[in-house]
Amino acid sequence: MKSAALTQELDRSLKNRASFAQALRHSLTMAYRGLLKIRRTPEQLFDVTIQPILFTLMFTYIFGGAISGNVENYLPIIIPGILVQTVISTSIVTGVQLREDMDKGVFDRFKSLPIARIAPLAGALLADTIRYTIATVLTFAMGYIMGYQPEGGLGFVAIAGILVIACSWAVSWIFAFFGVIARTAASVQGISMLVLFPLTFLSNAFVPVETMPRWLQWFVQLNPISHLVSAVRELVNSGTIGTEFALSLASAAVIVAIFAPLTVRAYMRRT
Amino acid sequence: MNKKYSNEWAVEARGLVKVFGDNRAVDGVDLNVRAGSIYGVLGPNGAGKTTTIRMLATLLRADGGEARIFGHDVTKEAHVVRQLIGVTGQYASVDESLSATENLIIFSRLLGLGRAEAKRKAAELLEEFGLTEAAKRPLKHFSGGMRRRLDLAASLIAQPPLIFLDEPTTGLDPRTRSQMWDTIRRLVETGSTVLLTTQYLDEADQLADRIAVIDRGRVVAEGTVDELKASVGNSALHLRVQNVQDIANAREMVEQVLGVRSSITAEAGKITAPMASADQVTDLLIALRTRGIHLTEISVQKPTLDEVFLTITGHGASENAQQASEQPNRTEEATV
Repeated sequence: MKSAALTQELDRSLKNRASFAQALRHSLTMAYRGLLKIRRTPEQLFDVTIQPILFTLMFTYIFGGAISGNVENYLPIIIPGILVQTVISTSIVTGVQLREDMDKGVFDRFKSLPIARIAPLAGALLADTIRYTIATVLTFAMGYIMGYQPEGGLGFVAIAGILVIACSWAVSWIFAFFGVIARTAASVQGISMLVLFPLTFLSNAFVPVETMPRWLQWFVQLNPISHLVSAVRELVNSGTIGTEFALSLASAAVIVAIFAPLTVRAYMRRT
Repeated sequence: MNKKYSNEWAVEARGLVKVFGDNRAVDGVDLNVRAGSIYGVLGPNGAGKTTTIRMLATLLRADGGEARIFGHDVTKEAHVVRQLIGVTGQYASVDESLSATENLIIFSRLLGLGRAEAKRKAAELLEEFGLTEAAKRPLKHFSGGMRRRLDLAASLIAQPPLIFLDEPTTGLDPRTRSQMWDTIRRLVETGSTVLLTTQYLDEADQLADRIAVIDRGRVVAEGTVDELKASVGNSALHLRVQNVQDIANAREMVEQVLGVRSSITAEAGKITAPMASADQVTDLLIALRTRGIHLTEISVQKPTLDEVFLTITGHGASENAQQASEQPNRTEEATV
C-alpha cells in the first residue's frame, strides 16, 4: 500500500518554486519555531527586559536637566528617542542569534526541505518581533512611571509602538545579513555595534539638532533614525501622522528591499 | 517540468567535482543508483563521501559535472529534487533546543501537513522509532542512538522515494547499529531507494545491493558486494594438523583437492590456502579423514577492510581513517 502511495508521489507534477502563499506559511511555521525556542530558553529575553528599564532611567536623569531644564520637560523628547534606540539595537541580537542558529545541524535539514529559501530567515526575524514588543512596552511603561503623559493618547502610542517594531524588523535584515556572512557570532555583534552606534547617536534621539555643528546637522537630518524618532514624537505628543511617518515606512521598505534578497542569496551560497 | 520520470534510475551522477581551496574533495565521481535498491558508498574518512551526498541532496553546489535525481537536475530543479529526497546527515540535523515531538511537528508543518495531521504524523513516527516515551523531553538528554533515530524519522515524514543516509551508524553501539540496519531494510521494502555512506565493509555487506568504493574523491571500484569481494581476493583457509609428521601429506591433499598452491608453517603444523569455493572444503575434509589425518583447527579468514583498500587503492585504509580501527576486525572464524 505504501509503495502505491510512493508511485503516486512520483506521478504528481512537482513545481520548481514555492508559491508566495507557501512561502508565507513556511515563514510562519519558522516563526512558530522561534517562539518555541524563546519559551524553552526565556533567559534570552534578559537583554530586552533590562535594557529599556536601565537606559530610560539613566538617560532621562543624566540629560534631563542639561537639555530641557528638568526631567518632566525632557520626557516627551527622550521617551521616543530612547524607544527607537533601544528597540533598534535589540535587533542586533537577531543577527547574532541567527549566526549561532545557523551553525547547528538543523539548518542542513531546512536547506534540504522543499520550502521557500527565505522562510528560515524571515521566520526567525518575525519571531524576534516579540522581543521588540517587550522592549517597546517596557520603555513606555518606564516613561509612564517617571511621569510621562503622552498627549496623543493611548491609541497613538500603540500606533507609534507598531511603527517602531515594524522599522526594527526591517533594520534586523541588515544584521541578519551580517549574521549570514560573518564567521562567528561575536564578530556579528562587533560589526553591528559599529554600524548602529553612530546611527543612533548621530540623530535627534537625545539632543536637539540645533545644538550640533552645521556639518553634523546635515547628516543627522538625513539619518533615517532621526525621521523615525520624529515620527514617533509626532504620534505620541500630538497624535499626528505626517510626512515623517511616511518617510520612516519608506526607509524601512527600502532596507527590506535591499537586504532581504542580499541575505537570502548569501544564505543560499553559504554551506 | 512535467518531464517523464526515469523510474529506473534514482540517482545519475556524471563527473561530480567539488574543490575546497586546493583540495579536490570530490574529483569526478560517477554514480548510478537503481530505484528501489540500497546503494552503499564505502570509503575512509575524508574520501569525499559526505561532500558527494551533500551535492546530490542540493546542500552544496557542484563545481563540475552534473547529477540527476529521478531525472531532475540537482542544480536547475533543486526545489523539485528536494520534494523527492530525505536527508539524514552524519550529525543529527534536528533542533537541540526543542523536544522530539516539536521537531517532528515543525518539519511536518513545513512539508505542508495541517496542524492535526502534523501532530498525528509526529506521534506515529515516534511510535515507529520507539521514541514515544522520550517525546516530550528536550533533545539535550537524548543518547546518540535516539538522536539518530529521530533524525531518520524526520527524513521520512514526506515518505520520500529517495533517502540519503550519511554514515547512519557511525558512533552507535552494536545493538543500536543492528536496529538501524533493520530500519533501513524496512525502508526499502516500502519502495524507497536508499543511498548510504559507510566506512565499514560489513555494513555495506549487510545492507547494500551495490557498492561504490570511493577514495580521495574518486570512485575506485563499483559493483555488487560479491563482485567487489571477488576482486579483492578469496578468503583464506587455515588448517592445523594434529600430528606434525602428517603435514607434507596434508599439504599434498589440499593442493590436489582444492587445485591451488598452499603455504605451510611446518613447526606449527599449519597450512594456509586460498579458498575459491566453500563446497570443496567438504571434499577436502572427507579426504583427510579417509587418510587418517587429524586436524586440531580449521578456520576461514575473509578479506579485511584494510585488504580491500590496499588491493583497490594501493594504500591502506588506516592511513586516512583511524576510525576504521574502532571497527571490530571483520575476521570471521569458524573454529572446529
